Amino acid sequence: MSIDLKTIKHISKLSRISVDDKKAEKLAGDLNSIFDFIEKLNELKTDNVEPLTSIAETTLKLRSDEVKSKNLRDQVIKNSPKENEDYFVVPKVIE
Amino acid sequence: MSDITKQSLSELVENIKSKKLSSSEVTKAFVERSEKSKELNAYITENYANAIDKAKNFDEKPNLDLKLPGIPMAVKDLFCTKDLRTTAGSKILNNFVPTYESTVTQNIWNEGAILMGKLNCDEFAMGSSNETSFFGNVQNPIDKNLVPGGSSGGSSSAVAAQLTPITIGTDTGGSIRQPASFTGTVGLKPTYGSCSRYGIVAFASSLDQAGPMAQNVKDCALLQEVISTYDEKDSTSIDFKRNEYSKELIKDIKGKKIGIPKEYRVDGMPKEIEDLWKKGIEYAKDCGAEIIDISLPHTNYALPTYYIVAPAEASSNLARYDGVKYGFRAEGENLIDMYEKTRSEGFGAEVQRRIMIGTYVLSSGYYDAYYLKAQKVRKLIKNDFDEAYKKVDAILTPSTPSSAFKIGEKTNDPVSMYLNDIFTVPVNLAGLPGISIPAGHDLKGYPLGLQIIGKAFDEQNILNIAYAMEEKINFKNNITDWWIK
Repeated sequence: MSIDLKTIKHISKLSRISVDDKKAEKLAGDLNSIFDFIEKLNELKTDNVEPLTSIAETTLKLRSDEVKSKNLRDQVIKNSPKENEDYFVVPKVIE
Repeated sequence: MSDITKQSLSELVENIKSKKLSSSEVTKAFVERSEKSKELNAYITENYANAIDKAKNFDEKPNLDLKLPGIPMAVKDLFCTKDLRTTAGSKILNNFVPTYESTVTQNIWNEGAILMGKLNCDEFAMGSSNETSFFGNVQNPIDKNLVPGGSSGGSSSAVAAQLTPITIGTDTGGSIRQPASFTGTVGLKPTYGSCSRYGIVAFASSLDQAGPMAQNVKDCALLQEVISTYDEKDSTSIDFKRNEYSKELIKDIKGKKIGIPKEYRVDGMPKEIEDLWKKGIEYAKDCGAEIIDISLPHTNYALPTYYIVAPAEASSNLARYDGVKYGFRAEGENLIDMYEKTRSEGFGAEVQRRIMIGTYVLSSGYYDAYYLKAQKVRKLIKNDFDEAYKKVDAILTPSTPSSAFKIGEKTNDPVSMYLNDIFTVPVNLAGLPGISIPAGHDLKGYPLGLQIIGKAFDEQNILNIAYAMEEKINFKNNITDWWIK
């Protein structure tokens, strides 16, 4: 298998990471060598194997649906990159 | 007492409890040594003045019943610490000041320890050499321009150089055990679910575990006792009966069955590692253990499995860094442009690479071929260990396929960097506990470690084996303080 530049551009769009042509070429090289290494898994027949979905073999505990942390607004907003008293601020979305 | 920083954690605790030393004396000694050790670049954020104040407060009203009374400690910068910057080694979190505390660090402060600063690490814990950190390389105190391992490289460097009596790291594929091995220190990766992940910057949630890094096994057991608690804030935290690991620590391991997995004899393994392993087997026998050959047939598939599962989980976990709610933001022409530029400028190359791998293996049309396949192989790897543990109590392997390498030596070849974790990754995939103890030196005089892998929740057993072997090995770290002018 080979990951071409078109695929890299597609993944970069899905990842929301902007990639210029030079970076795309470097990434294609790196990803191809990593996937060559990953392809080793195809040696194994796994048709009848159940996938491991949880490493901790316990069922999730139930808890009552109670609010435990209150009045955290200031804490939640505190690290926002653009300051505004009450909101997270983003570039204009609707023209 | 002049050589405060040379004392082990257990000695310091005893000396503070018997009032031979005050917390202020101890804290000042470690702060002073840390200040003289800037060349190691072990710290990202220093908290020295605050630590000295806290030590003074402790001494005014000392509570000597605590397990870590007035002990100063620096921690990996992946643990959120309330009101002290937490970066995860990334530009994207360069200005992030948590408003809450991780459970693991809270447990440590509850037992009387004092936060001295935040230690360098690979960006989002993705790396095996600490070279992916936005805050630069960390020097291994063993030799100049030698990597300290990763991702907990600042932690291993700081413990080996005695800048902190003990520390905590996190281990997703070897990030505690490999740096411990590279610096001649002890590192424990606990069973998945032992230590709460609440407040730890997430990398791969089904693999991440916090654990202690120490100068000796006893100190390691003491810190594990403090950090391992059930926590309802982590839905994968497991409610099991935890031992008082340091109190129950014994050297008698007579009759313990220790397995030697033949698949760990990998192609091209240096003779030094092979010899170390043989020596380890002899040490275990000397301690009265019974050695049994075992097979873990899917060992060779662990790394390829890991490099699907870990990036997949990372790509999902790191989706939160979008420049909106916290962290670095780049300006963009519109919302999407702002996201893409923020993530492109905010993440380093290795993190971007792993997000792209993860996104690809989870994307439409590839999920079954990669992610589902990996989850199936992960099951086979876990089954291997389950089978082996019908015959043995623990497994002994080398910690790493080589000693520490030079800074820059492997940065251009991601796959050769990934191969560092060949002996540690299977343990994370199976959710088991593993400990690395220093066991010898290579021809260059660099430390080498042995790994003891246990059954799930059997930390006490591997700590006991490590404790018994540590005495036989009698390892001495060869540190010359070359970085202190």
